[in-house]
Amino acid sequence: MIEARNLVKRFRDRKRGMVTAVDRIGFSCRPGEIYGLLGANGAGKTTTMRMLATILEPTEGTAIVAGYDVAKEPGKVRSSVGFLSTATALYARLTAKEMVEYFGRLHGLDEFTLHRRIDAIFERLEMNDFRDRRCDKLSTGMKQKVSIARTLVHNPTVMIFDEPTVGLDVMAARTIAGFIRECRDQGKTVIFSTHVMSEVEKLCDRIGIIHGGRLMAEGTLAELRDRFHLHDLEDIFVQVVEP
Amino acid sequence: MSLRNIGIVYRKELMDSLRDRRTVVSMVAVPLILMPLLTIGVGAVLVNQVGHAMEEVPTVMILGGQDSPIVTAEIEHLNEVKIVPASPDYADKISNKQIRAAVAIPPGFDAKLAAGQPMTVKIYMYEGEMKSGFGADRLQKFFRDLRDKTVQENLKAQQLPESLIRPFDIRQENVAPAEKVGGAVLGGIVPYFVILLCLTGAMYPAMDLTAGEKERGTIETILCSPISRTHLVLGKFLMVLTASIATAVLSLAAMAASFSVGKKLLLGVAHGAVDSAMQITISGKGIASIFFVVFPLAVFFSAALLAISLFAKSFKEAQSYLSPLMIVAVLPAVAALLPGVELTTAMSLVPVLNVSLVSKEIITGTYHWTFIALIFASSSVYAAIALAIAVKLFQREDVLFRT
Repeated sequence: MIEARNLVKRFRDRKRGMVTAVDRIGFSCRPGEIYGLLGANGAGKTTTMRMLATILEPTEGTAIVAGYDVAKEPGKVRSSVGFLSTATALYARLTAKEMVEYFGRLHGLDEFTLHRRIDAIFERLEMNDFRDRRCDKLSTGMKQKVSIARTLVHNPTVMIFDEPTVGLDVMAARTIAGFIRECRDQGKTVIFSTHVMSEVEKLCDRIGIIHGGRLMAEGTLAELRDRFHLHDLEDIFVQVVEP
Repeated sequence: MSLRNIGIVYRKELMDSLRDRRTVVSMVAVPLILMPLLTIGVGAVLVNQVGHAMEEVPTVMILGGQDSPIVTAEIEHLNEVKIVPASPDYADKISNKQIRAAVAIPPGFDAKLAAGQPMTVKIYMYEGEMKSGFGADRLQKFFRDLRDKTVQENLKAQQLPESLIRPFDIRQENVAPAEKVGGAVLGGIVPYFVILLCLTGAMYPAMDLTAGEKERGTIETILCSPISRTHLVLGKFLMVLTASIATAVLSLAAMAASFSVGKKLLLGVAHGAVDSAMQITISGKGIASIFFVVFPLAVFFSAALLAISLFAKSFKEAQSYLSPLMIVAVLPAVAALLPGVELTTAMSLVPVLNVSLVSKEIITGTYHWTFIALIFASSSVYAAIALAIAVKLFQREDVLFRT
């Protein structure tokens, strides 16, 4: 479960002065549901996702993620969350297995559980061919799989995906999309940010449109279509951000 | 404080760094290859140069002396110098190394010498130029011998004892053993190297583990793991410290090994001229004491470099911050080599300089325990401050996500 309560993030920018990147955002996402945060570049998606993953601290407001308060128990939140974005790179000089092992250990798994889980994940994602290959020698698709394995090693109940398909080719993007669906089917709480309309249409159960740091509209795709009397999500998006 | 988590980060960083060619080069290859090359190479060149200069028969010029055939003939018959015809541009010729020295014989030298009249013999040379110095020395020796001989003859003629002119002799006796004399020569250089290597050894990993992570995008990956940022920075710090100490230890070992090999190789050539300078024996107690004072300094360097490079957005930016810092840190270490810079209570508080000064003393066998304790304490305080700053910076979002 994710419950964002009036999340605010302000930071000081040398050129622009005080900037409010996220302005009183509130929404909730239930287990077994994919919540899509749709917004243009600079809308505040990444900042919101980072606050949910406790990489950034909210200036005001808070969020309850997997039952823990992001402001009060960030460590426990991170233990329950799998976070994946295009910015979360791999350690080039570690092998695929070492990379996943490292994160499993940091999540406090004992060696027996860790290796059982790694074996299961590597089997499931068909990673055994390159498990001992260094990450810098892997193809983009293989790297994606390692990243997925890294987010899954501690069996998190909440998955946060921040524009996970940016810069990926069709095949790699499909792997990610399939993985996101699978997480939902397993009953995990999934939040997913993107600026690609088609991804949202295909994947998300509920959609939040974010613009200028504020949540402008929220609902299922059907609800949004009804409310704005438009069919195409892109048209709806434009209507919302430029009324 | 979870030692387990710090250990996990440390182990990963160590494995990662040992697979990085650049870290291995700066931590292992430089000390093990460069140090022996430098020690033996520089030593060999030096010994070779001195040997050549000593073997060379210096070319000198006699200015004047046409009215003094006796002294001129005696100089011309000297085996140690080669005489070339006089010319008015002797100063230029000395500067251009065409001749090594020149001697101006005052008018009527022979006659004045016989009559016992005072006069001055001028020897022209190029100060600081070794070969010119050797040329001038040989001329000076000739005239000194001539003067002594003349004095003795005069005394004999007057039937006066020699002790009239030389009532007593003065002689300096060295009580320091040879290794201490050598220690004084090399004592300043060794700590300088240790300090420099502690710094350079820490430099690359410090940049790689912070700015490098930012550049490669792995910082966000590690920040979304449950490890606390304090544990993360401490694990990284331990890795930087390991590199710093490993570089210094390996370099010292390589330097010691090349000294003992080099001594045997070079002493045969130099006929013992560099014997005392090369006789540097540092006791186990000395090595332990040096590491005792250097350790907090290595901690200080590691933490400070980590904090500064964390601030940088990229590896390149980190390099531009750290390069000038190298000069700032090395200057006090060099200052300790200057004559007259002595260890005092105030000096014990100056970072880097204090360690350099006390190590110099330790190498020559002098142990000022009060100073050693004071230096350890002050260095530890600086190290703790630097580490606290590094930990603090790691909590700051504007530093971690600086764009």
